[in-house]
Amino acid sequence: MKPLARLLVVLGALSPLVLFILPMWSIELEAPQYPPPYGLGMKIYINKIEGKNENDLGNINNLNHYIGMKRIEPDSIKELTIMPPLVIALSVLGLAAAFIGKRKVVVGWLVLVTLAGCVGLYDFYSWEVDYGTNLDPHAIIKIEDMTYVPPLIGSKELLNFTARSWPDTGFMVLGFGMAITVVACFMKPRIEAS
Amino acid sequence: MKRIRSITAALVLSLFALIISGCSEGGKAHIGVAGDAASRVYVAPGKYDEFYNFVSGGFSGQLAVYGLPSGRLLRVIPVFSVDPEKGWGFSEETKPMLNTSHGFIPWDDFHHAEMSMSDGVPDGKWIFGNGNNTPRVARIDLSDMRTKEILEIPNSSGNHSSPFTTENSEYIVAGTRFSLPVPNQDVSISTYKENFKGTISFIKIDKTTGAMDLAFQILVPGFDYDLAHAGKGPSHDWMFFSCYNTEQANTMLEANASQNDKDFIAAINWKKCEEYVAQGKGKKIDARYAHNVFNDKTQTATSEIKNGVTILTPAECPGIIYYMPTPKSPHGCDVDPSGELIVGGGKLATVIPVMSYSKMIASIAAKKFDKEIDGIPVLNYKDCLAGEVKKPGLGPLHTEFDGKGNAYTSMFVSSEIVKWSLKDFKVLDRAPTYYSIGHLCIPGGDSKKPWGKYVIAYNKITKDRFLPTGPELAQSAQLYDISGEKMKLLLDFPTIGEPHYAQAIPAELIRNKQVKVFQLKDNNNPHVTRSEKDCRVERKGNEVHIYATAIRSHFKPDNIEGIRVGDVVYWHVTNLEQDWDVPHGFAVIGNNNSELLIMPGETLTLKWEPKYPGIHPFYCTDFCSALHQEMQGYVRVSPPGSNVPLTHN
Repeated sequence: MKPLARLLVVLGALSPLVLFILPMWSIELEAPQYPPPYGLGMKIYINKIEGKNENDLGNINNLNHYIGMKRIEPDSIKELTIMPPLVIALSVLGLAAAFIGKRKVVVGWLVLVTLAGCVGLYDFYSWEVDYGTNLDPHAIIKIEDMTYVPPLIGSKELLNFTARSWPDTGFMVLGFGMAITVVACFMKPRIEAS
Repeated sequence: MKRIRSITAALVLSLFALIISGCSEGGKAHIGVAGDAASRVYVAPGKYDEFYNFVSGGFSGQLAVYGLPSGRLLRVIPVFSVDPEKGWGFSEETKPMLNTSHGFIPWDDFHHAEMSMSDGVPDGKWIFGNGNNTPRVARIDLSDMRTKEILEIPNSSGNHSSPFTTENSEYIVAGTRFSLPVPNQDVSISTYKENFKGTISFIKIDKTTGAMDLAFQILVPGFDYDLAHAGKGPSHDWMFFSCYNTEQANTMLEANASQNDKDFIAAINWKKCEEYVAQGKGKKIDARYAHNVFNDKTQTATSEIKNGVTILTPAECPGIIYYMPTPKSPHGCDVDPSGELIVGGGKLATVIPVMSYSKMIASIAAKKFDKEIDGIPVLNYKDCLAGEVKKPGLGPLHTEFDGKGNAYTSMFVSSEIVKWSLKDFKVLDRAPTYYSIGHLCIPGGDSKKPWGKYVIAYNKITKDRFLPTGPELAQSAQLYDISGEKMKLLLDFPTIGEPHYAQAIPAELIRNKQVKVFQLKDNNNPHVTRSEKDCRVERKGNEVHIYATAIRSHFKPDNIEGIRVGDVVYWHVTNLEQDWDVPHGFAVIGNNNSELLIMPGETLTLKWEPKYPGIHPFYCTDFCSALHQEMQGYVRVSPPGSNVPLTHN
């Protein structure tokens, strides 16, 4: 691979690491009594979940107790401890692929990252399903056949709240990293030493 | 033909008569409401007012917050009077705020509001207020709009000329409207001229914390020190006080204090006072006064009785005070934005006198004194006069400035605002007020840079201005536009209590720093309960302390047994919410006390002495959530000496 292409692959390999500092997904909640810009929100990073504003996570949990939803305790969500080393591993693999410099290897890495992403999204959705359907039978507000699964992506009305679930800046940066890696794969190679 | 002519004549005559009668009925000035007034004062749903208007509540003892231009009441901040709605003066944490050297006093007369200033401009940090009856000054924090400090003023009564601030809020002042012997003692009232004195107090303000400290008092002749304003720019070192009753009457002042043709504006050089105090020229005398401070970290107020005040005597400290003659029984004493002109509002005067700071300084330098009173030089009226506004109207009181070279004076008797030019002292415009304006306020109108868009009149007589509400009527205020050459009436609105002065500041200067919730992690109230697992009930002899929490929508604990008649119970309730605008209230049946209204992250304590055995419910009084009606609890109270164990859920 040309040096420029390698550089792009390096950058692409590093991009998953931004998920430690930029959120990859955000869920926002708006209601008549939580008008913008004072809605509640959660920012999901690879290793933590935070409220959009300082006290949001606590306030979301407090509101959720009415419908019997489990409290979102980042400390007890296993994915937040499993994913970080996996992401670092992916980055390392990506750097190795850049070092090797063979197009096939890089493509292999891209496929791996995409697979990991799909697994991640599936896991995220099943987490949402678990929280939204395993409700306390003694919940204060019980509406027949009602469940509170936030959308995987997009917006949905849940009682008086509109829930919006969208990828956040970390995801965008990762996507950009993948894109430039793809571009690198299309760049004509130098005459490589075999 | 003749008949037609006579009918026409009759018609014309009656029409004429009607017009004449219509005309003679008037003779009063009328101000039409500006054509676009409705759109000028309409603040659409979801939008905000331009200005915060802080208006003193007078005999209500509180400070009201209005939005301008809508005139909507946003909040009543409790200051000198108890407020059972908020538990102010009822909760254990706030009771000390109303302590004085005479014990707990549940009320005072809040006269003037004055914002803290930096470089002669309101800085949005604090607003001060004075208590007229039991002399005190209060400091209110403008980030959470709560009263944080109250300082009693000793050797004083009728604290009226207060709490006006120096240009940089180095000091705020207090002064006696009612002279007294200093120190007070048992003498015949008719010995007023011999024994009664006035005191003028300077209270130092800490620039960072706002903390107030009584720095020194000046012992002055027994006149009534009515109002004050500080110098600015060149006159930065000076504070000017209007005083009346130079006749030194002690009875029927209405007539007896109105005899002299001229009273005084006292000019005090506070910088020079500081020098004398530093040199040790002040005399320390005994004087007991309370100093009450609300600590934000512990969320608790403490009251300390201090003793001792430093007194300066003018005869021993030349150069600290001069008297400038001014007609006649003055009220207002107002300094223009440049600091050069000092306007006296002589209630019984036929002119508005405008004194000149530079001429006053020249007179002092040349030692051109007419006489001396108790060692205080009296300057010559004409020597210090910049000019007089002739035929301004009847009963001038207060003057504010628009920063565009104009002054606005309130005329109580002729019920109008008079606009006049600071350049040539000519009357430019008059606007009637409804009715009998006392005080007026231009946002920043007593500062170096007024926001000269509006003037608000605060009137003393309401009569037919609003729908009547029995014999007792709210006082009325009017909002005028002063952006053009002529004043335009925009809005009429009622006010709480009796406004005696007001301040206004552009909303954007303070709205974004308003506290939304108190952070639970910063709550250092000694009785805080940070989470439900820490809730408990403890007995210490006949004192029971309940450490409770409130969060949507339940109290913990909400079932308590083992309390006895004869116990003194303290409910320490912490609102665990950290969400905006979710207060919880708290009240117990039959409690000889008020409710608590607790903000998110706050802890408040309510005392309760149950009087009879049986079940006592308590509940949340502020509609907090969908299940607010379920937010309740029960206490089982047993007879004295019972051995029901103390338990809770």
